[in-house]
Order: sequence, then structure tokens, then C-alpha cells
Amino acid sequence: MQRNHNHPTIVTIEKVIDETPTVRTLVFSDKVMSNVLPGQFAMVWVPRVNELPMSIMISKESEKAAFTVRKHGPASTGLFNVKVGEQIGIRGPYGNSFDLKEGKILLVGGGTGLVPMMRLLTFVQPTDDVTVLIGAKSKDEVFFEDLANHLLEKNIHKVIVSTDDGSYGEKGFVTDLVEKLVSETHYDGVYTCGPEIMMYKTVHSAHSRNIFVQASLERMMKCGVGICGSCCVGEDLVCRDGTIFDGEHLSKNKEFGYFHRNKAGILENY
Amino acid sequence: MDSNLTTSIGPMQLDRPVMLASGILGISLDVFNRVYRSGAGAVVTKSLSKEPWEGYPNPTIFGVKGGGWINAVGLSNPGAPNFAKMIESNQNIPIIVSLVGSIPEDFEMMIKQFENCKVTAYELNLSCPHVAKVGLEVGDDPELVKKIVTTVKNTTNVPVIAKVGLGTTHYLNTVGTAIESGIDAITAINTVRAMAIDVETQQPILSNKFGGLSGTPIKPIALRCVYEISSKYNIPIIGCGGVSTWEDAIEFFLAGASAIQLGSAVGDNWISIFDKINQGILQYMKRKGYSSIKDLVGLAKKS
Repeated sequence: MQRNHNHPTIVTIEKVIDETPTVRTLVFSDKVMSNVLPGQFAMVWVPRVNELPMSIMISKESEKAAFTVRKHGPASTGLFNVKVGEQIGIRGPYGNSFDLKEGKILLVGGGTGLVPMMRLLTFVQPTDDVTVLIGAKSKDEVFFEDLANHLLEKNIHKVIVSTDDGSYGEKGFVTDLVEKLVSETHYDGVYTCGPEIMMYKTVHSAHSRNIFVQASLERMMKCGVGICGSCCVGEDLVCRDGTIFDGEHLSKNKEFGYFHRNKAGILENY
Repeated sequence: MDSNLTTSIGPMQLDRPVMLASGILGISLDVFNRVYRSGAGAVVTKSLSKEPWEGYPNPTIFGVKGGGWINAVGLSNPGAPNFAKMIESNQNIPIIVSLVGSIPEDFEMMIKQFENCKVTAYELNLSCPHVAKVGLEVGDDPELVKKIVTTVKNTTNVPVIAKVGLGTTHYLNTVGTAIESGIDAITAINTVRAMAIDVETQQPILSNKFGGLSGTPIKPIALRCVYEISSKYNIPIIGCGGVSTWEDAIEFFLAGASAIQLGSAVGDNWISIFDKINQGILQYMKRKGYSSIKDLVGLAKKS
């Protein structure tokens, strides 16, 4: 029977890469997922455990796809613990994708928010001048620095890491670095994914200077297709309208940067 | 022909006959507003309980290979008191508040939360097929249905709808009991209890194992139920189950429904579906020479 992208397709994990003690990349074969646009996601079913939305990671080999997961709650820990040879279900791809501008590009990623940023890097033109900011709490949480440099080999580029505690790269919050960069340089496009407060500040820094900026939002998700309503942010559904929103749109959203909904749908502060 | 989309469901008047079904997108007033702007005649909230419920762990919804959806979200909702506060500012949107509970007092307590809200109707969920002690387990108990409907009718002057489904008690008997107890309208039907098993991992896909089937596969069943209810009883009916085109909506009107609800079609087509169906209904009415939806209701029963 023809593949129904809303029904879990079973794939087998072929390779597991330890990125940090708490972050792993799981590689599998799937042509559909290997060709998705930057920012799109899948609902990933870990049988007997849970199902969770995951941004689709790049794989160096063709027709292979990957997820990069940080163990956090029961669902992500379940995915983190999947071993080579074990099966997971995937549905999607879902969601929109980044509108990549040409010229001077700034990418700002924190944690596994770097996943869509890495995918975006595979779409840049050789003529683009690209700066990647990687924010982390400390040295042992830094990953994808080498990958970003590798993907940008042919470009004028900079990959800057900042850690909150200064144990690696520059010391301080990555958002302070964003504010400094956008105040000094005009970028043609700023793209961000990571913790909401990081995205909120990045969007504000860029949008207030009329710089085109997009952020990929994360919310509690159940269906992934705009049925359950769990992921609403104001009147937007992250799964269906996003996950990527323009700074212009986000600047009018009353919930972005302030509230998210819990499993019962009650608004909670960030 | 001067045709219009207004419809009456007993004491309720709506500008448009296509509503958002319960459980779909129903947790924020901002989203309700958007759905209303996109063409829904009314929005039905997620089924609310006395306390907030988290629902079941994922997977809670997935598409069925042959079409339609199976879900066991588990009636996750912020609870009636929180929800009532959220919709207090509502002025313009016809909101139908869906309620679940186990005993008459649950419903009484919840309805009191909405005293300061503009509520178009209450819809009693007597038919959720996948949560214990509420929904179908209530709808299958005629004595309990009688007590709940009677209590709710004594608590509020707002119209009250009973949403019925296919349980172990024949749904026509549940409809009869609700009518005897004073119900104003019936929504038929809810999702149909169902499951799917993944053959590779040999596991039921839903965390709850069982869920409810919705979407196009259940439309002929829902249509049959609307036809049967309207043949047996004189009660306003809202058709629900697998509507995804204007032809589906017209079929439900012809079977005896005065309005329809849709849910799965939002997942398949997104919210532009409301206006698309509204326009299709209107074109059909003009082409066939009907000025009002009420002129279509139950026409298929005439021989």
C-alpha cells in the first residue's frame, strides 16, 4: 500500500553517534525524510515509550536521514536510548521551512535547536557569507561546531561558540553576541532555533533593526497536523502554521517569549 | 434565488451551518476566533472536565492507511474553571461548551463556572469511546443519562445538546432517553471505538491501545444514524462524522440534520475547509432553488 505520511512508517536505526554525554544522533534509511526542507519535522514513535516531534537532521549519505536528540523527559530519553538495529516509527514530514535569503546570513542555535540550523547550512549558496552562533551552558554541551565548519568549507564563514560559564569559546549569553553583531552589521537574514528566550531576544534584536528574521518554535505536540490544538501560540498552530514564523509575525504574538501550554492546555510562564 | 446559510437547531440560530467539532483545536479563544473568521458557524470546545486533565501519553493520533484518523487524546483539557475564565471576554463567537463528567453534580458544578460567559449551548459528551467512567460509559447507562440531562436542564436556560455515539446500549434508546429528559438537540455521532496494530513492532500504535475512528470512513455510518434518529424522533440534529466536502454536508441535511460539525477534515485540509464547504452548500442551494437550509432538512426521507 502507498505510504500514508500521517501513519507511522517503521525504520531501523543503523548508526548511533554520541554528540555529548546527553545528545545523540540516530541515523536511518528513508528517502522521504532525507529530502525534507530545512526546518521540517517528523513525529517520532518510540514503541512502548512515547511519540515526540523531532526536527529532521542531515545525514552525509544519500537517502539516509537522522534525528539528533537530547535526553530530557521520558519521551526524549526513550529515543536517546534506542540502539542500533531497533525500530522506530516516523510520520511526516510536517511543517513549513525557512525562507533562506542570500548574502550575509546569521544563524543562532542553542542545544538541539542546532538541528534545523545544520540542515539550513546545506542550502546556503557558495557566495553567502555565513556566521553561526552556537550557544551552550558549558563546554560539555557544545556540539556541531566541527560539522558547521565542515558544511561551510566553501563559504566565507565564522562559527562562534559561546558558553554561559565561559568554559569554552566566548563567555556569556549567545543573545548578547547577537545584539552586538546585528548592531554592527546588516544581515540579509537571521535564523534561530533553540530555547524560547534565546529566540525571543534574537528576534527582537534583528526585527527592531528591520532585519529579516525567522524562528522555529517548539510547543507540546500531539497530532502534528492541526487537529488537537495542543501547540497553539496565540492564534497560530506551531505544527500547521509553523514551526517557522517571521519576526514581523512574532512581534505581534502575545504568547511568544512569555507563555507555553502544558499537557492540559493551561498557559504557563516561561 | 436569494439563498442564505442561516440555520436553526431548535432554539439556536447560527449564521452558518458548519461547526468545528469538539476536541479539535479547542483550547484557546484566539484560535476559536480564527476558526470563526474562517467560516465556522460555531465552535465546540474540547470536552471539559471539573479538573484539568493531561490526557494520554503520545502516540495519541495518527492517520489510518486506508483513510481517516484514530485518536485517543484522552480528553485532555484545562478544566472547566480555567476554561470559563479564558472565554469570559468572548462577545462575538458562538461557542458551544462540551462537557464530560461521571455524575449529574459534575455537570452542575461545571455549568455554574460559565455564568459570566456568553455560551450558545452546552454539548454533553455522552459518547467518548476511550476514557473510562465518562463518555460512552455514561451514555450506555440510561438512568444516568436521564439524571444528567434532567439536572443540566434544571441548572441552565442555555440550550443543551447530547452527543451520542455507538456504544453497547443502542444509540437510538440513548437519544430517546435524552429527549424524554428534555434535551434540545442531538449531535450524532462521536468517533467509533477502534485500534491499529503495527506489524513490524507488533504493538498497538496508540498508547491507550484503543481510540476512536474519525474521518471519511465513518461518514456513511454517521449518515445512517442521522437518518434513523430523524425518522424515529422529532428532535433537531447536528450531523457529525467524516464530513469533508459540501456534498457530505448536503447529504446530512437531506438525512435530517440542521447543521454539521467537522474535525478530521481540518487535519486533512486545514481551516480553509469551512469556507469551502459553506460556499459549496450555497451554490447547491442556488442551483436547486432553495432559499433556506431548513427546506433541505430530511428531504431524503420523502418517498
